[in-house]
Amino acid sequence: MIGNTILGFANYAASEGGGGGLLSVNGGLAFWTVITFLLLMFLLRKFAWKPILASLSEREQKIEESLKAAETAAEESKRLNEENKLIIQKAEEEAKRIREQIRADAQSAREKLLQESREQAQKIIDDAIKESERKSAEVFSEMKNQISSISIDIAEKLIRKKLDPDTDKVIINEYLKDISKN
Amino acid sequence: MSLDSTNVIKDTLAQTKGGESGSDWIMHHILDGNYLDFSPLGKIYLPHLELFGIDISITRHVVFLWIVAILTFIVFRKVAKAYQKESVPRGMTNFFEVFIVFVRDEIAAPNIGKGYEKFLPYLLTTFFFILFGNFLGLIPFSATITSNISITAVLAIFSFFAVQIGGIRKNGFWGYFKGLIPHGVPGFILPIMGIVEILGLFTKPFALAIRLFANMTAGHIVIYALISLIFVMQSIFISPVSVGMALFIYFLEILVALLQAYIFTMLSSLFIGMAVHQDH
Repeated sequence: MIGNTILGFANYAASEGGGGGLLSVNGGLAFWTVITFLLLMFLLRKFAWKPILASLSEREQKIEESLKAAETAAEESKRLNEENKLIIQKAEEEAKRIREQIRADAQSAREKLLQESREQAQKIIDDAIKESERKSAEVFSEMKNQISSISIDIAEKLIRKKLDPDTDKVIINEYLKDISKN
Repeated sequence: MSLDSTNVIKDTLAQTKGGESGSDWIMHHILDGNYLDFSPLGKIYLPHLELFGIDISITRHVVFLWIVAILTFIVFRKVAKAYQKESVPRGMTNFFEVFIVFVRDEIAAPNIGKGYEKFLPYLLTTFFFILFGNFLGLIPFSATITSNISITAVLAIFSFFAVQIGGIRKNGFWGYFKGLIPHGVPGFILPIMGIVEILGLFTKPFALAIRLFANMTAGHIVIYALISLIFVMQSIFISPVSVGMALFIYFLEILVALLQAYIFTMLSSLFIGMAVHQDH
């Protein structure tokens, strides 16, 4: 019944319509549609779809590549960063080593200098002592000579003027005076 | 029976003819004609052409067919040129890129699978041709070319050819027709299965044609019918209801216009996919 109703409606449309019925295929229109659609498809394929799809895929590829490039760049920078850190650490270690070296060098130089000056001072002192000893020995030997000559003199005079204790005394005093005068 | 129904409907439609306003004006709007209707401003009559005895008059739908084709071409030529200037889409280019990418990634690629690029020009053209035709039909004084069975039939025939070409190119001529019958079918069913499958080849595009035609026609008829309620009831007070409901149907039509373009393209690519990969 429903089918008949639809058919009836279609028949009515077919009988009353201006350019054919609702469900009747119009050959002329179909002909124009075929031509138009084919022409449209070939023109669009040549002038629209090919360039559009090409640029779309090109852009997609570009985006993919840039993403990959960004990733590698990030990795590279990370690697460089770590390398830099290592270099800085090394440099710091080197600086520290140099500082310590310098400190040790300075220490040893100071100690050396101190040692040298101490030695020099010791040498000067030793020299002075030697010199004074030598001088004192010289003085001593001279004194000894003099004392011996004086003693000989005294003995001579004593022997020559052996008189009495008083005179001895006078003589000794006299001589002693002589000595002190000398 | 059939004649009875016809008469009943004729009578019903005739009865609704209140005075000078008839219900056949709905048909005038839906059907093709040899004039462009700008009433109340007037009508432009179109030339009558004949080639080898076939009537190839420039009718209303032919004019709008060309308008759709020219519009589609201009729009996508412009989009293509925009890409040559810069690869970053803006404005209109961006808007249509969404649809192009949608057809490529959501319709063609998943349904056809490997080698879908060959069918992209056909699918894109079909999609945008139907889309533009559907939307142009929503503009006052225009005609909906996709509500004409002749045009949807031609579109369906192209879909049919695309399916057969796709299948034959992939599987070879005999391989394709042998592959139509599924494996493991008992011998005695083979003849029946053969007939069913061959019939299936034709019913699919037939359904495509009818689906698009019926969807685009129905909405317009409903809108016109709702508007004609005012004249049928001969009361101005029904107009808010009529206009409100017609507006609602109009919005529905916008959805349907988009949906039908999608469905036609999606089913076409599905059929192509089935013809190319016969083992499923």
